[in-house]
Amino acid sequence: MQFLKLVLRNSLRHKLRTGLTVLGLVVAILAFGLLQTVVDAWYAGAESAAPNRLVTRNAISLTFSMPLHYRDKIRGVDGVRTVGAANWFGGIYQDPKNFFPQFAIDPAPYFAMYPEYRVNDGELHAFLRDRKGAVIGRKLATTYGFKLGDTIPLQGTIYPGTWSFTVRAIYDGAEAKTDTSQMFFHWDYVNETVKAKTPRRADQVGVFVVQIDDPARSAEVSRAIDRQFVNSLAETLTETEKAFQLGFVAMTEAIVVAIRIVSFVVIFIILAVMANTMAMTARERLAEYATLKALGFGPGYVARLVFGESVAIAIIGAALGIAATFPVSAAFGAKMGTLFPVFEVSGATVALQIGCALVVGVAAALLPGRRAARVKIVDGLRAIG
Amino acid sequence: MNDGDARPLISIRNVFKSYRRGGQVVPVLHDVSFDVARGDFLGLMGPSGSGKSTLLNLIAGIDKPDTGAVLVDGVDITQLGESELADWRAGAVGFIFQFYNLMPVLTAFENVELPLTLTHLPRKLRRQHAEAALALVGLADRMEHYPSELSGGQQQRVAIARAIITDPKLIVADEPTGDLDRQSAEDVLALMDRLNVELGKTILMVTHDRRAAERAHAIMYLDKGELSTAGDVHERSVRDARR
Repeated sequence: MQFLKLVLRNSLRHKLRTGLTVLGLVVAILAFGLLQTVVDAWYAGAESAAPNRLVTRNAISLTFSMPLHYRDKIRGVDGVRTVGAANWFGGIYQDPKNFFPQFAIDPAPYFAMYPEYRVNDGELHAFLRDRKGAVIGRKLATTYGFKLGDTIPLQGTIYPGTWSFTVRAIYDGAEAKTDTSQMFFHWDYVNETVKAKTPRRADQVGVFVVQIDDPARSAEVSRAIDRQFVNSLAETLTETEKAFQLGFVAMTEAIVVAIRIVSFVVIFIILAVMANTMAMTARERLAEYATLKALGFGPGYVARLVFGESVAIAIIGAALGIAATFPVSAAFGAKMGTLFPVFEVSGATVALQIGCALVVGVAAALLPGRRAARVKIVDGLRAIG
Repeated sequence: MNDGDARPLISIRNVFKSYRRGGQVVPVLHDVSFDVARGDFLGLMGPSGSGKSTLLNLIAGIDKPDTGAVLVDGVDITQLGESELADWRAGAVGFIFQFYNLMPVLTAFENVELPLTLTHLPRKLRRQHAEAALALVGLADRMEHYPSELSGGQQQRVAIARAIITDPKLIVADEPTGDLDRQSAEDVLALMDRLNVELGKTILMVTHDRRAAERAHAIMYLDKGELSTAGDVHERSVRDARR
């Protein structure tokens, strides 16, 4: 009890210094949490991928398409349960900065393969009946204020022209990490329109999403699918949905690595600040440590006082920083709109924040604690005045 | 006022002590030997740099001689390791410092109780002991005050209460009145007198203050690291008066 009293009261002894150190910790822990959440958001697509879904694309690159008739051949491969076509649409809603993903899909198989997109049955039927209809995610609807029956005009980029889609359904995510910032509409409608304007671009598919019976056979089924199209004009590359999503992340990996490095640099900076604070503290209290040792307290007790104080300050800073991470992340995520479909502070991020704070608390006290523990009593007593 | 044991409480034998300053070795104590009887109240005097505080530190076990033996109650403390020495100090010595050296974040009561936290005494007993010690020094009504809320004299009395809380046989005091006004110094010296007379504590006091030294039964002079004279306080006073 006496030890805890000493630790806590010493922590609050220089209120301004402790306050500023805690403030620095709050900012550092908050910044770290925010940056880690940005990294998590980058990987959100891969994290939400299902193990029983494969993605088949042109082996050359995603910018090359595949003939529609591949769909039937893929469906015939042993182990395949469902196949659906999907094309990245890449339209602009009013302004290029209003980015959100749009896909032309095979509606029935697609929604069967993505049970995490929860659509009301009535709305889904309304969508299936309307070839110009669209299904949008809840986040997208909230961001732009879209309601059922609204028309969403898109300026085509990959598919030139002005396109209009009517919102027939709004889906919710089964989990917090489910992306609800997307828009889906009928592949057939887009294909027919393209066929009328530029027939040579018709009947081409960007990717086939393939649902398989047994996730354990994903490698085997992938190979079997790709074998179907060996030596064709459009050879395929089939991989798990997770690998496919990670492929996207890999394209921007340098940014992710930079963000990760910056997040740890922030922690290192606060470690230096904290170490300076603890060094000043230990230097000022040498006479007290010497007195404690003269009274019979061992070097370990004195070192624990320094460590205790440092860790106590770190914990206070971490608690406030973590508490601030949630509202600040929510505000940041809202500000980013649909750029980050999923922007949630994960449990792993909070655990990392706690871990970093503890490391800062302990590491900052290493040298001051050692100095306090090793102070010679006669030297320490002389430091009093 | 001793406990019947005829052996001296403190025996210093052929103690040498020097410090290194830069590359130079500065001798501080040169072949010092003397005994202090149990229940004695000994004043250590001498000019600055004579080695009196160093001698006190050696006896208190917070410093070690280069050579020689320091026996306190039969224990040669020069042979003890750091950890053993810390345990020994906790039970055998009470410290009174010139600047009180109280923990500023602890109340008077908590400061006095502090050394008892090293013992296995239950909290209730620790409280009783600390209250009794503070009552003894006349600060029963200041228990919850922090050092910054007490005068210098009161802080020194808290330090005295802390020094006796573990009931040590030996109390070492380094300039206990050096930072006090005359009245507070008188109060503190009277208190130390009581500790010696009523509780039988052996007291070693380093002082420059002649009035403080008059409280001692005997005075020991150190000059340039050598024990030059010893005698009772009256001999010393006469000698000082003739100077």
